[in-house]
Amino acid sequence: MSPILGIYASSKPPAAPNSYESIATSTVGVGGAASVTFSSIPSTYQHLQIRYISKSTSAFTSDAFSTVRFNGDSGSNYAMHALLGDGGSATSFAATSQTNAWIGLSPYGPSVTAFSGAVVDILDYANVNKNKTLRSLCGYDKNGGGAITLNSGLWINTSAISSMVITATSFPFAEYSSFALYGIKG
Amino acid sequence: MAAGPTYEPIATQTLSSIAASVTFSSIPGTYTDLILVASTANNSGATNLRLQFNGDTATNYSSTRIYGDGSSATSDRTSTAVSMSVGIIGASSTEFGVFTLQIQNYANTTTYQTVLARAGYASGYVTLTAGLWQSNAAVTSVLVNSSGADFVVGSTFTLYGILAA
Repeated sequence: MSPILGIYASSKPPAAPNSYESIATSTVGVGGAASVTFSSIPSTYQHLQIRYISKSTSAFTSDAFSTVRFNGDSGSNYAMHALLGDGGSATSFAATSQTNAWIGLSPYGPSVTAFSGAVVDILDYANVNKNKTLRSLCGYDKNGGGAITLNSGLWINTSAISSMVITATSFPFAEYSSFALYGIKG
Repeated sequence: MAAGPTYEPIATQTLSSIAASVTFSSIPGTYTDLILVASTANNSGATNLRLQFNGDTATNYSSTRIYGDGSSATSDRTSTAVSMSVGIIGASSTEFGVFTLQIQNYANTTTYQTVLARAGYASGYVTLTAGLWQSNAAVTSVLVNSSGADFVVGSTFTLYGILAA
């Protein structure tokens, strides 16, 4: 059964095969965190998925971006395309030769209310014959504000991904932001 | 690493007759995320698929979306609503739309609840939505409806739980 397409269900759920496994989690504590790191990622899965909720510590009226960098590569080896809706207009943008891959937004504001949610898929992360591609769905709503984004990212490197650093641009991730890394078997 | 199944089916409902809504209740708080997958259409016309949590019918829901209709892309939002719009459902007995709803950290009692939704049906629309339920209560039930229309026979709704380490 394909671990992604063959998910099945019934009114009497059987023990599902362990094709979708939790690798690690990280929750931001008091004071916030500028980044979250997942390291020593085993190469035994087919794909990776990051699931997270996040909020920025920024008190300004602008969202913070979330980015990811693989294997410590800080070179200009990343590119992206994105589709964004802000409740008023639909836009698209792209960038090349970036030093990290953009994966979403974290809403601003000091209170523990609206967090963004995100699901980031990294396919064939351990394949040494391919540059690495990711897809991210991210969004939040604040009852009168918000944004939803879908983007694709590229890391121009055929190395297997063994670590990743998820960074909040400009302002740290707020307390209660939570990140979980999963491995999907092929 | 979590022992045992990490991505588990919790319950599924397949309609053998039309229904105005579908409810999943007594949702255990033992998972990290919920995913609701639906294959469905209604018997009336293109309208919004909607969610309510924990029987909350007050104006505690809102959403921001982007959608395409085959000729243009639009982004809009709803605010202070009695239910959460999570995609556009069409009317058909044979063409079913597909909805994937991510309810992340649903059992946490600190933050409000956020939903990410992907949805679409080929002859109509494709939508991406971010929704908010202004409550920090753990989600224990989910009601799905079609804005006054009925879900058609053969519609399926499955709730999954994802458990992080």
